[in-house]
Amino acid sequence: MENKLYLYPGLIRIWHLLNALLIISLIISGLSMQYSDPINPFIRFDLAVSMHNVAGFVLLFNYMLFIIGNTISKNSRHYRIQLKGLMERLMLQFRYYTYGVFKHEQAPFPVTKKMKFNPIQQVTYFMTMFILIPLLFLTGLPMLFSGAFIRQLLGSKAFFVTDIFHITIGFLVSIFLIIHLYFCTFGAKPTSNFKSIITGYHEGGH
Amino acid sequence: MKYLVKLFKGLMLFFLLFCYQGLKAESMPVPTKTDNQRTNDHCLKCHANNYFSYDNTVEKKQVKHKMEPGMRIDTILFYQSNHKNFKCTDCHSEDFAKWPHSAEVRMEPKMICIDCHGGDEKYAKYQFEKIEAEFALSTHAKRHAGEFTCWTCHEPHSYKISARSDSVINKIIAYDNNICLSCHNNINRFELISDKEKPNIIAKHDWLPNQARHFQNVRCIECHAHKIDSLLVGHNIQPKEKAVKLCQECHSKNTILKNSLYQYQIKTKATGLGFDNEAILDSSYVIGANRNIYLNKISIAIFLLVLAGITIHTILRILTKNKNGK
Repeated sequence: MENKLYLYPGLIRIWHLLNALLIISLIISGLSMQYSDPINPFIRFDLAVSMHNVAGFVLLFNYMLFIIGNTISKNSRHYRIQLKGLMERLMLQFRYYTYGVFKHEQAPFPVTKKMKFNPIQQVTYFMTMFILIPLLFLTGLPMLFSGAFIRQLLGSKAFFVTDIFHITIGFLVSIFLIIHLYFCTFGAKPTSNFKSIITGYHEGGH
Repeated sequence: MKYLVKLFKGLMLFFLLFCYQGLKAESMPVPTKTDNQRTNDHCLKCHANNYFSYDNTVEKKQVKHKMEPGMRIDTILFYQSNHKNFKCTDCHSEDFAKWPHSAEVRMEPKMICIDCHGGDEKYAKYQFEKIEAEFALSTHAKRHAGEFTCWTCHEPHSYKISARSDSVINKIIAYDNNICLSCHNNINRFELISDKEKPNIIAKHDWLPNQARHFQNVRCIECHAHKIDSLLVGHNIQPKEKAVKLCQECHSKNTILKNSLYQYQIKTKATGLGFDNEAILDSSYVIGANRNIYLNKISIAIFLLVLAGITIHTILRILTKNKNGK
């Protein structure tokens, strides 16, 4: 295991795997509900509803573990964005992705034990985990539990407004997932980062 | 003294205003009864009350009797109903004017909708003939021939059209579902027609997700009536085995709701926000049936742009890798 960093302890790997499976099942069941069709149902509507509800609850539980884990461990430092010089760091990383990578330049922010994420990763992960995912819960749970509550709050358009928000945020999360998967190919080899999140060891790369 | 004069003037002004208000109230028009309403009073003197009295000429005393609930007319509902302008004897025999009502007149067959509304151009848009034909195919008509008539659901003394109106959808749903529940959730009325035990509606619909929300937002007939496009309300009630059970029938772009519950609203409401079946949004939201064409297009465009970006980036990575021999 020389030249390899042990970056992802077992608990983080299990959490990440669960998170990935839940997000994928939520996207699939959500799309299936939104585009349901009597002749060609991707997943039968009632099954898609149950799948979405169960996966949503487990994701909420998993998210609570994420918050607790980051509160009691040092892992939260990876999500702490230093605002000073952020724009320059973002531009540097952006330049690398759009130009430097083709010139085989060294990554401006190589992965270290102290900082797993480059500035672009840090900002997008922060926005996904602390803005988009909580908004999904905030819009999803009222629709599931208390139609009457959101009806009182927003009138007869309650479900419609809440669901439009929910599916829009869900769409942004699915776009994040696609880009996240692509950037995972930026390891020492295209498959290195995928192996890392299974073995826990990061091979040299970006 | 000056204060006393002021007080007197004030009191006079108050008195005059008081008198003016009284005169104004007296001059307001009092609703007058129509000729038919005055004629109906003769029947309603007994039939609008829980009890009625008559002189027993044999015993020479006044007797008070309970009015049969089925014979009692709620005058408020009647004068708000579709038949509010009718005289009782428009539908019932003139012989009912005599009391006690004779056995013959009490046994006379009741009229049904088509007797008055059939073949009348004035009512052509309601398509009573089609309704009659559809009803004849229904499980109600087949299983309870002769016992089940229009009146079993549409009580003629209170029925008020609801589907073909701008009423709030939830009111239409509650009104129409009450028609079904008046038998299916009322053991007395149910057993009057059926020999079966009254089913427990909640237990029978256990399979339905979000049962309470469905009961509040759709009518029983959405799933239980076969619908033909030319009729606003399906009257061919199906046996339970043939009821709609596939969620996608409603939760899809071509939702069956647009040809039933929302048919009138969809025909009369202008759309423009790009939502499928936009009329539903006024009162509800049906996942799968209320997609937005603009959001769909924007999301597909973003998705394709992301894929294109990734593809171009990947190709450039491969090309530069080969060029550098790495």
